[in-house]
Amino acid sequence: MLTFIALLVLVAFSGAVYALARRRAGALALAAASPINSRPVHHGAYAAVWTAVPAALVLLFTGLLGDRVEETLVSARLPEAVRAMEAAERQVFLDDAISLARGKARSETPYPADLQVALDQAAGEVRALESRMRAFSLAAAAVLALAGAAWGLSRVRAPFRAREGVERWLQALLLACSVTAVFTTVGIVASLVWESWRFFQSVPPQAFLFGLEWDPQSAMYADQVVSEGAFGAIPLFAGTFLIMLIAMLVAAPVGLFAAIYLSEYASARTRAIVKPLLEVLAGVPTVVYGFFAALTVGPLFRAGFNAIGAQLVGGPLNELGLYLGEVQNQMALVAGAVMGVMLIPFVSSLSDDIINAVPQSLRDGSLAMGATRSETVKKVVLPAALPGVMAAMLLAVSRAVGETMIVTMAAGLQAKTTLNPLETVTTVTVQIVTLLTGDQEFDSPRTLSAFGLGLTLFAVTLMLNVVALRIVQKYREQYD
Amino acid sequence: MTELRPASDDLRAVVARRLKARNAAERRFRLYGRIAIAVALGFLVLLLGRIIQQGWSTFIDYRLTTQVYLDPARIDAADPAGANYDLLIAEQLLKRIGVADDEFGSRSDAMKDLLSGDLGFQVLDRVKADPGLIGKSLTLSAPLKADAGLYFKGQIQRSAPEEERPLTDQQLDWLDRLNADGLVKSGFNTTFLTRSDSTEPEQAGVLGAVVGSALMLILTAALAIPIGVLAATYLEEFAPKNRWTDLVEVNINNLAAVPSIVYGLLGLAVFINWMNVPRSSPLVGGLVLALMSLPTVIIATRSALKAVPPSIREAALALGASRTQTVFHHVLPLALPGVMTGAILSLAHALGETAPLLMVGMVSFVPGVPDALTSASTVLPVQIFIWENASERAFHERTAAAIMVLLAFMILMNLAAVLLRRRFERRW
Repeated sequence: MLTFIALLVLVAFSGAVYALARRRAGALALAAASPINSRPVHHGAYAAVWTAVPAALVLLFTGLLGDRVEETLVSARLPEAVRAMEAAERQVFLDDAISLARGKARSETPYPADLQVALDQAAGEVRALESRMRAFSLAAAAVLALAGAAWGLSRVRAPFRAREGVERWLQALLLACSVTAVFTTVGIVASLVWESWRFFQSVPPQAFLFGLEWDPQSAMYADQVVSEGAFGAIPLFAGTFLIMLIAMLVAAPVGLFAAIYLSEYASARTRAIVKPLLEVLAGVPTVVYGFFAALTVGPLFRAGFNAIGAQLVGGPLNELGLYLGEVQNQMALVAGAVMGVMLIPFVSSLSDDIINAVPQSLRDGSLAMGATRSETVKKVVLPAALPGVMAAMLLAVSRAVGETMIVTMAAGLQAKTTLNPLETVTTVTVQIVTLLTGDQEFDSPRTLSAFGLGLTLFAVTLMLNVVALRIVQKYREQYD
Repeated sequence: MTELRPASDDLRAVVARRLKARNAAERRFRLYGRIAIAVALGFLVLLLGRIIQQGWSTFIDYRLTTQVYLDPARIDAADPAGANYDLLIAEQLLKRIGVADDEFGSRSDAMKDLLSGDLGFQVLDRVKADPGLIGKSLTLSAPLKADAGLYFKGQIQRSAPEEERPLTDQQLDWLDRLNADGLVKSGFNTTFLTRSDSTEPEQAGVLGAVVGSALMLILTAALAIPIGVLAATYLEEFAPKNRWTDLVEVNINNLAAVPSIVYGLLGLAVFINWMNVPRSSPLVGGLVLALMSLPTVIIATRSALKAVPPSIREAALALGASRTQTVFHHVLPLALPGVMTGAILSLAHALGETAPLLMVGMVSFVPGVPDALTSASTVLPVQIFIWENASERAFHERTAAAIMVLLAFMILMNLAAVLLRRRFERRW
């Protein structure tokens, strides 16, 4: 709140500096013998930027990182008794001290008398530290703002190149914005690797990657020894693979044929109608697909298989009939099929681009030799577009592997290593959601295993994407 | 060279046969294409049709309007919250339709199960505001309990076996009597649009989720659009072409294809655990979605900037503008329609995103409307996910209706993008 008010004051102050510098520069432009280099606006902006930016950075940094610094400083000075506590308890103690210092309610944890004294003492320290830090940051910001204003105003002179100064600031801002994207990647990699590393402290990576049993529930309690088999991710990989396979069996042919029809056969009018409709299909949120899969497709498929099963029971295929009679709503086939439909527009629009990039001369040559259109497509266009189409499929596979909502809502939770599409399987993303929703303890391998899964997912999709994007790029250049 | 000679009839027949086969293959091939498109579009129709079919009935509700005598014997003026208003209302309704309660009061309990708890709260509020009402009669109106509503909507059939439906034969009789007496009126369900989540389906609405989505989307837009546009401007107009900028470009393209759930993990580890941003707040959701939308905004902006012809830049530079002035006074304004179209589309995508928000704790039950960026909140897609998991049947109907609301917002945003493109698009 204080930071916010300080920022408002700063904005008002730099506004005033802007107006002042601009007026001075304007007067200078009228009075000066030689022409003034930059326009008054630039002089104003130059002074305002020097006033506002350094001070604002100080305010933002202390506002964002103040809590962290404070915690580190206070925890370094905690008495022995507190430092001997478990990490989680110590954190609660620290949070309580900070809450007390800020006049908020602390947690309900009961403390013995000596710790109560220590708590009050720590709260006092926090209070003193906070007021000192607040005073420091406000003073630093005020000094920087005044110095910046003085600097900016002192530079209002005819030959000064204020515009270039402003543009340098602008360039810095632009650069900072484009670096954000890089920081996002760094943040993703760092957070996944860091938390996974903590997970691999308790479960060795080879047990995680090659273990055949997935049962994180059994490791929930603190005193229970983590059995090596409990975090084996092979069943999850198998489930993910199975659902991805089903989805691609739906999406690849349908998407590819739709793309071929649209680019090679359809009239301009048909294209103008069908393409936006396919885009609608692509725009439907995945949670909607999940709802549809869970409440419509699932029961429908189940009823269908159960009916077939009922027909077969008693006949030569009695066993199969009995099995089909017991099929559940949450089978891999349902999630896979619906996910496949979700991927159709993705596959078709990518393939459409790629097929359109094949030069017309190739088609014309083939048609001139007397080939039919379908022969041209099969023998000339598709082979030429093959690398691109493969890349499109790889991107679709990456989407299918990372897709979360459909499988969370329509696939099950049972970790099974199977290729039977009628079984209930679970996927990497489903397990991440299950592990991280609800109560979490950030020290248990159960919660941390989600980050191990996340890291695997990220690595696999990244690999698929890098390869696919490479192919697409190379391919695009080929005919340019 | 062999001598040319007229094809024998044999050869003609072979060619004709092969041509026929080839033409048949051609027709089959074309048919496969048609089938593929029919499958995709058929599924779209099925999906939307099924959702409307499941959800439309939510927008109709059955309200009970009744008079209640506030019996002074049952209500303590000193402690109005202590009285059981629901039971009081149920007993008086039973009396009104001429059914005597049995000695255990089980019939009035059964009647109470047909009424929304909202009735009791309404009475309590009125009595608290004006204790003088005790001893007088009040006219009240509230939706019926969701199951009773489903009966009137025909989704609970009397023909179903009694043990398989949530209402007994007796309760259905009473509902028919209430209806015959004109106490039950159907109308547009305003509750669904003006209330937030509730454990009772008939009192549950989407307002809290809509407001939460709006807050979150505003934050996403405020972060992703300026940062994305400026970043794209730098990469497209200013950046030197070297290995670093290549790396940034590859990086952005890959980020656009990272599964959204990974952004959720990032948000959980960085924003919540490291920066102590409050869980399940629009603040943390908006931050995560902003990071997620950033690559798409950058890619859209870059292609819009690429579409501005170089002659514009050259003209501005020739007239003495600096590079910065050229870009900010001429190129960017000309690219703006394209930029805004791309930005709106990526925001529409962010609006429907669910998985990363589950990671940052948005799955909690939030009965109120969020009033700040830091207060606990839920958003439309997550509300859909929560209701889909609910066991009551009436929630399924509301899930489909919430999807309709979500799709309506997405259609509005896409329409805005299309109109923007139509209105301002320039062909050079």
